[in-house]
Amino acid sequence: MGERLLTGPAQLAVFASDGLTAFSERPLAVALPESTEEVAAIVRACHRAGVPFVPRGSGTSLSGGSVPVPGGVVIACNRLNRVLRVDPLTRTAVVQPGVINLAVSAAAAAHGLQYAPDPSSQSVCTIGGNVAFNSGGAHCLKHGMTSNHVLAIRAILPDGELVELGSAQGSAGPDWVGMFCGSEGLFGIAVEITLRLVPVPEAVCTALAGYDSLQAAGEAVARILREGLLPVAVEIMDAVAIEAAEASVKPGYPECAALLIVELEGEREAVQADRLVLESLLARSGASDVRITEDPAERALIWKGRKGAFSSVGWLAPDYIVQDGVVPRTKLGYALAEIDRMSAQAGIRIANVFHAGDGNLHPLILYDGAQAGATDRAHQLAGEILRLCIALGGSITGEHGVGLEKRDFLPLMFSEDDIAFMRRIRHAVDPDELSNRGKMLAMS
Amino acid sequence: MSTVAALTQADVQAVVATCAPGQHLLPVAGGTKPGLSSSSRDDVTRVDVSALRGILAYDPAELTLTARAGTPIAELQAALSEHGQYLPFDPPFAAAGATLGGVTAAGASGPGAWRYGGVRDFVLGVRLVDGAGRLIYAGGKVVKNAAGFDVPKLMVGSIGRLGIMLELSLKVFPRAPETVTLTCELGDTEAAAEAALALMRSPIHLDALDIAAGGRLLARVAGRSGEVEARAERLAGVLPGPPVRLRGDDERELWRQVWSSVTETDADTLVRATSSLPGAAGLVAALAATAEASVHYTLGATAAWIRWPRAAPIDRLDALLAQRGLAGMVLIGSPERPLIGHQGGGVFAERIARAIDPDSRFLEL
Repeated sequence: MGERLLTGPAQLAVFASDGLTAFSERPLAVALPESTEEVAAIVRACHRAGVPFVPRGSGTSLSGGSVPVPGGVVIACNRLNRVLRVDPLTRTAVVQPGVINLAVSAAAAAHGLQYAPDPSSQSVCTIGGNVAFNSGGAHCLKHGMTSNHVLAIRAILPDGELVELGSAQGSAGPDWVGMFCGSEGLFGIAVEITLRLVPVPEAVCTALAGYDSLQAAGEAVARILREGLLPVAVEIMDAVAIEAAEASVKPGYPECAALLIVELEGEREAVQADRLVLESLLARSGASDVRITEDPAERALIWKGRKGAFSSVGWLAPDYIVQDGVVPRTKLGYALAEIDRMSAQAGIRIANVFHAGDGNLHPLILYDGAQAGATDRAHQLAGEILRLCIALGGSITGEHGVGLEKRDFLPLMFSEDDIAFMRRIRHAVDPDELSNRGKMLAMS
Repeated sequence: MSTVAALTQADVQAVVATCAPGQHLLPVAGGTKPGLSSSSRDDVTRVDVSALRGILAYDPAELTLTARAGTPIAELQAALSEHGQYLPFDPPFAAAGATLGGVTAAGASGPGAWRYGGVRDFVLGVRLVDGAGRLIYAGGKVVKNAAGFDVPKLMVGSIGRLGIMLELSLKVFPRAPETVTLTCELGDTEAAAEAALALMRSPIHLDALDIAAGGRLLARVAGRSGEVEARAERLAGVLPGPPVRLRGDDERELWRQVWSSVTETDADTLVRATSSLPGAAGLVAALAATAEASVHYTLGATAAWIRWPRAAPIDRLDALLAQRGLAGMVLIGSPERPLIGHQGGGVFAERIARAIDPDSRFLEL
């Protein structure tokens, strides 16, 4: 592979971490394949030599999902970046794993179609990574996660064998595609992915409502869901997150302790009808400031502020941990109050940005890694928040995956038998744990 | 084939754990899809889990539900409708007594799944018994969860061969208060598929889009009173001929009739197959050239429900689907080979099946 096999220390250093910078490991080498055949050849060579490998896209994982393995190879799929087909008749696109999330929608736009899942990193993250971690996004409330939009996968298994899962027409048999999605790279590398496209909505309406407490904003969310509205996104940002956004992106959000963002989309008539219901509901919800817009530029700025929240908190603290716990929606208010209490008790600032509509919290734990013990204290607080989520009947991860970061917390959700079951499946596909070793399940 | 009734979770575990070598188990509950839940082999014992029923948790404010696998779909629908909610994947055979586990195992979704997705898009968590009789939980009870392998999705379409489901958690949605159905007789599948394409190009989201045998197009919109009529009007403008508009009881009766003519059969084999709108007319022609078959397309023709004469060899349908890269599942008919046509998965499927059931206690896929 010549210059597409990187082995120089400076070249390798770039690949040592992903979006979760707390973990770092220098790989043995980084391969940059340009074809399915090259991926298969690299995987076969690793398999023969017993060398572990880590599939990688843009390295935006927030769970350490693409951190290299000691003595292992990184297979960076970024050059497999072609949209192979867009078929407007079947509303599908076939893409390579290194295609950037937003590039799928760009390729489909000429047909009035788009790719729905929208992780905040969508301008840089790749479809291969989205599939591996079943990525979500702000608009998953109505559209579902990545796996709800994947119809077929051609994958190179950890021994180099190529398999075809599903088809553009769906399947009539076990959902092998669904099983592959979210497997965190443990089953090998998806080299060709058939995605479902959805029509670009005719009308979109975005509402901002400011509240004097997170609880009040949370109560408004409960009312929206009770009313039978099915918005495409329901998000909340707290004062710290708003402060960070205003310091960087300057979206001009209302001044408040908690900002609710609600987006409706669909046909003109449906959005107008739902908008009336939403307006009247927000007017009665105790909001101090309500703004509703259908202007695309205003909407773009609102989302720029929201989706940039993770990077914006860099304005407030040198380091942060993004948590991804999920609580039942009805326990949202309680969970937020508890997190607030934990934050005060630990003396650690937390910014809250979250997908309120589906109970997926993203507390951003702010700290300064240069201070003695600060990193450990931040991780301890992060762990306490995950325990709270589980105690309330939720999950340790909504959309970022287990990766390296949360694998010690897996036993909070699953029994020994459950984990052993997953391990047997993993070993049946990859007996030597070569593919993304140590992610989701600790090495056995 | 013999049948044992499991009255408790522990019964299911015991039956699996004590299954003799060379013997195989097959779960059954409502029995509405005998192609999946019966066998003519004498090394097969059916495990009847219909006693394992009941809703375990349903909080309308959560929009999630957990129920035992043997719970009739009708019971879930009744509980949900009290709160204006529904199962968006619109399970077929519900009126005949289909259960949550059976619908999941068949991966069968009804016409209303066109709007928000099929059963695979709504299943969140599963409790199951694996091939060694162990109790396994996977997934979660909240609407979003990325922890561990997505075994709940693997159960969709697993036809009882990858574990015996005991309990499932689902996402549910609010039901739109009003619907309007437009129907149009277009003479043949080709013309109806053409019209369906025009509907799909319009910005109107459809709640259901079916093409019945003979080229009858059925399109349903759902929403709020007032706006839903306006959208139906826009849809009507896209259709090649004046449609019949149906609402309320007439509309419900139409869909009931259409779907009972699809699913109720003693004489024919009923196969649910994958399909595509561009290939819809071609498949009808190919089937017609082979046997006296009829096809009902649903979900924008991404699913074909094929009535195939019992007398005609199923191998021919199998070959015809495989040729086109389509997969099929025999819901009603000879149970010997429920999965036909082009089945993907390869060694990935074999390895996972072996991990779940190393001693082949469940029937092979």
